[in-house]
Amino acid sequence: MSILGTRVLRVEDPKFLTVGGTYTADLDIPGALHVTYVRSASPHARLAGVDVSAAAQAPGVVAVVTGADVDLAPQVGIMGMAPAPMARPYLATGVVRFAGEPIAAIVAETRAQGEDAAELVVIDYEPLDAVIDPLAAMDGGPVVYPDHGSNRAISIAAVGGSTDPDEHLFDGCEVVVRQEIVNRRVAPCPLETRAAAARWEADGRLTYWVSTQTPHGAKSKLAQVFGLEADQVHVIVPDVGGGFGAKIGGYPEELLVVWLAKRLGRPVRWSESRSESMLGLGHGRAQYQVAELGGTRDGRIQAYRLTVVQDAGAYPDMGAFLPFLTRSMLPGVYDIERQECIWTSVVTNTTPVVAYRGAGRPEAAAAIERILDVFADEIGADPAEVRRMNMIGADRFPFTTPVGSTYDVGDYAGALDRALEAADYKALRAAQQARRASGDRLAMGIGVATYVEVTGAAGNTEYGSVEVRSDGTAVVKCGTSPHGQGHATAWAMIVSDRTGIPLDRITVVHNDTDVVPRGQGTMGSSSLQHGGVAVLEAADTVVSQARELAANLLEANVDDIVVDTATGRLHVAGTPTASKTWAELASAAAGRGGLSAESDMSSQGNTYPFGAHVVVVDVDTETGKVAVRRVVACDDAGRILNPLLLEGQIHGGLAQGIAQALLEEVRYDDDGNPLTANLADYAFVSAPELPSFELVQMETPTPLNALGAKGIGESGSIGSTPAVQNAVVDALSHLNVRHIDMPTTPERVWAAIREAQK
Amino acid sequence: MKVTITVNGREQTHDVEPRQLLVHFIRENAGLTGTNIGCDTTSCGACTVLLEGESVKSCTVLAVQADGGNVTTIEGLAAPDGTLHPVQKAFHEHHGLQCGYCTPGMVMAAVSLIEENASLDERGVREGLEGNLCRCTGYHNIVKAVLAAAGGSS
Amino acid sequence: MIPAAFDYVRAGSAEEAVSLLGQYGDDAKLLAGGHSLLPLMKLRLASPAVIIDVGRVRDLSYVRDAGDHVAIGALTRHCDVQRDPLLQAQVPLLPHVAGQVGDPQVRHRGTIGGSIAHGDPASDLPAAVLALGGSLVARGPSGERVIPAGSFFEGFLETALAPDEVLTEVRVPKMDGAGWSFQKFNRRAQDWAIVGVVAVGPQAGGGVALVNMASTPVRAGAVERAVAGGASPADAAASAAEGLDPPSDLNATPEFRRHLATVLTRRALEEVAAGRP
Repeated sequence: MSILGTRVLRVEDPKFLTVGGTYTADLDIPGALHVTYVRSASPHARLAGVDVSAAAQAPGVVAVVTGADVDLAPQVGIMGMAPAPMARPYLATGVVRFAGEPIAAIVAETRAQGEDAAELVVIDYEPLDAVIDPLAAMDGGPVVYPDHGSNRAISIAAVGGSTDPDEHLFDGCEVVVRQEIVNRRVAPCPLETRAAAARWEADGRLTYWVSTQTPHGAKSKLAQVFGLEADQVHVIVPDVGGGFGAKIGGYPEELLVVWLAKRLGRPVRWSESRSESMLGLGHGRAQYQVAELGGTRDGRIQAYRLTVVQDAGAYPDMGAFLPFLTRSMLPGVYDIERQECIWTSVVTNTTPVVAYRGAGRPEAAAAIERILDVFADEIGADPAEVRRMNMIGADRFPFTTPVGSTYDVGDYAGALDRALEAADYKALRAAQQARRASGDRLAMGIGVATYVEVTGAAGNTEYGSVEVRSDGTAVVKCGTSPHGQGHATAWAMIVSDRTGIPLDRITVVHNDTDVVPRGQGTMGSSSLQHGGVAVLEAADTVVSQARELAANLLEANVDDIVVDTATGRLHVAGTPTASKTWAELASAAAGRGGLSAESDMSSQGNTYPFGAHVVVVDVDTETGKVAVRRVVACDDAGRILNPLLLEGQIHGGLAQGIAQALLEEVRYDDDGNPLTANLADYAFVSAPELPSFELVQMETPTPLNALGAKGIGESGSIGSTPAVQNAVVDALSHLNVRHIDMPTTPERVWAAIREAQK
Repeated sequence: MKVTITVNGREQTHDVEPRQLLVHFIRENAGLTGTNIGCDTTSCGACTVLLEGESVKSCTVLAVQADGGNVTTIEGLAAPDGTLHPVQKAFHEHHGLQCGYCTPGMVMAAVSLIEENASLDERGVREGLEGNLCRCTGYHNIVKAVLAAAGGSS
Repeated sequence: MIPAAFDYVRAGSAEEAVSLLGQYGDDAKLLAGGHSLLPLMKLRLASPAVIIDVGRVRDLSYVRDAGDHVAIGALTRHCDVQRDPLLQAQVPLLPHVAGQVGDPQVRHRGTIGGSIAHGDPASDLPAAVLALGGSLVARGPSGERVIPAGSFFEGFLETALAPDEVLTEVRVPKMDGAGWSFQKFNRRAQDWAIVGVVAVGPQAGGGVALVNMASTPVRAGAVERAVAGGASPADAAASAAEGLDPPSDLNATPEFRRHLATVLTRRALEEVAAGRP
């Protein structure tokens, strides 16, 4: 019986549960100096003066550096596509453009001394008008980069699209609905904030430790920035306490640690406080949308337009490019004849926006799922039925959407049916009716959302290798960069399945660029379908080598050699006693190159997991408080390798998705001062606000890879946000409420009820 | 000033500034880095340890306040022979951790919660863990683990 | 994350604390559980030069039957107030409110005296003591004095305590079986109240106090008079925000706070009227 598809407990756990992980701030780096960054208190100002003289004299301070001292070229974001004036300096030079932007770096013997010295830096700000609202940034607000002339960083025109809407898109539609939707800015909040350390070795090599999702990416970046040969850079990623997209790539503060180490001739380390992280780590989402949907009065959707203004923050990077991904998933699971997405990304005086769990795809789902409910409400149809009648049928795959995405395989109606059945949708609607009839001030809402999302798109290859040693143990290397996903367990399962070597005799290595020669890192829910497949291919090659060798040693035909995965032996078919163990084979192979293989697998294409979520909420119509009572989620990410790991990923995604709809938002006041810059003010969802989740299993394997697997990491956060939002609006539909923006805070809900009653 | 705290049964005496937080004493002076720091507003609970057997957020206790006291951290939870505490075991069996960063604090908070409550239901566990934030798990499996550990221990 | 440096002294008794406060003056702050003071110090919003640690003054941690009231030592921790059988029997509102403060870890450290002396209008316990018509005992250089709760809270983070006085005891009248209610409205369970209402039945004085509706905890005088005059909960609650200027912050506008105060006061009064089984 195969181990694949079974609930294998994690091999990673014992360490974390007994001594804890070793995160970058835990490392023992003798002699390391500590960096403390001094950050801007102003969202937009000219730096008339930065006086570090007192700080430089403070006890324990070795150096204080400002923008003028840093001789590294500012980085042009959006993969080089950002306008040149919007390049980001390592330390603010002349102007600060967001509250939290680093202005000076204090290097001291201890962290405490650094924090003490930071208080002594005197900054003379000449305030400039700040633009916080991206709609103002589009039109009429203060300009962040006068040299550029406008706040527009990039738009669909950069990838060949048009910013002019098609005036005839909705011709012939009996019903057209329009809704402005705010997909509000959130903070990723991994429990471990950013941390990095650097040491230049005596031989000129650079050793760099960093909490990142992309070790090899960090290596190339360092080589490029510091003019080094690749083999002179050694990146080690210790345990990472969550990333969620925000730790992809590198931040100036991290690279500056390397520069400081070089300059000072001593190792330098940095680990940020949460308050710093709330402003310095990239934010997520931040799209302003206008959704327009047209169709027939009996529910057939004919046309859809989504206009997006993406808030990119002060220095445009990945966040500015999110609408490209939003557009790629524009129609969701629906077959819509005419569709267009027009997007523009603008800069504002806020924290730069980055990829965050879903990265552009939750925004797409949230828009279409919301406008669909508005449409259903307009025509008086049941939201589940309107979805069903417009879905791409299970027999239409592979299906290429008008915006150019080819969905591999899906059964959207199947997912919807399963979710509705598990939720007992009919009973829920009946209960809602009864509750309304009784006049209960606690309103019940049922929200439905169906989604499809793209995974495997971050790259199209990954490295994997397997080596069996003379003692019969196996070492697996992979270029993915796990930070909680359980890859060590998953890859060990694959190798064990193929070879019969027991899990506890398999070691999996990630996150060291001297040991793992290349890799893509972990992002975009791509690791299983790329890294896992690479490991699978390497394992299969090793098994072939072993069979050849066994055939030779046992004087048999290679076609007659059987791998008995139950006992971990290779033997001649029909003659189990004529066998060799892995240890014997590896020993025999020792002189001749060993039993090992590498793979740089090549992806056959992106995969498209999908699902349906049903959420039940109670809304206190007097106070506006929303309680999430039930969450039913059917998520299909192809063949399931380890249901335990899969469920964990879904749970985490659900929590973040629900949090965005219910609680979390990054806020600035009208002058651009951050209001949610710590975990007391930012409503990071906690256990009492969530119910236990009801997961409905569904597996529709993809034909695009040998594991039949798609990615699950982000799905939970894609379906749940609109499901919760729709549930809250549904709860109040009998009070004429048609839309409430997220998060559905008590005040927002209360205001919506009052507005609708007028 | 000299501060002596018994951490996981071993006396730790170190000369520290009065402002040294207990969490820094544990991590830097006693060298036990299992306990993590996740915030600076006493919100996240990643730093939770047991002080005199009760859960506290060690980032909001001065080492000097714990002078002469007894602290248990994640490193001191399993038995000397390596036998896991029921809470550790339950977290493993129910996949109650992913990146592991909140885990030591979450486990210690759960140990204290179970110790102080003769019986726990789901609501009791969720409310009991209101001071411990996790970004990876969505709390679902953590709650299952704690209920399992609570049910098993009597 | 790391507080500014300070000098540290320990007080072995309330008297010694008073003496030390006199000695150091404005440079010093008292440290009890530390869960009001240390968070401010870690963000460097407060940087006292001297910390006087009273946390080990064991004889300030007690719950005693004092006849018509229960006397609670200022250093009694929230978790101990929550679990105390005497309070549960005689002043059940208070253990319930103590059990809502922060989270379990906070409740293992924070003290009732620390919370009250801090004087934050968003704290729960000050409002509870106010609603109960309790009083605070302060010890200074010239001895002890008893301050009624109604005169104790003077402004935002300002109390009637003189700079050289130490809060030693909280006195709460026995409730004589009166109904009670605590309505705490927040975003997440560990959060401060956006608005909170504490109400007790007529046998305990009919006090109604509001959390986070002003710069101090306040009694909703108009509501109390209306109830005493026989008004229904809904009618009485209508004047909950009367004369008040509620704060505007991240979580609510003044208008929403006023609305919440009305709704929560009505619910509190309904619960009080329903009594306790």
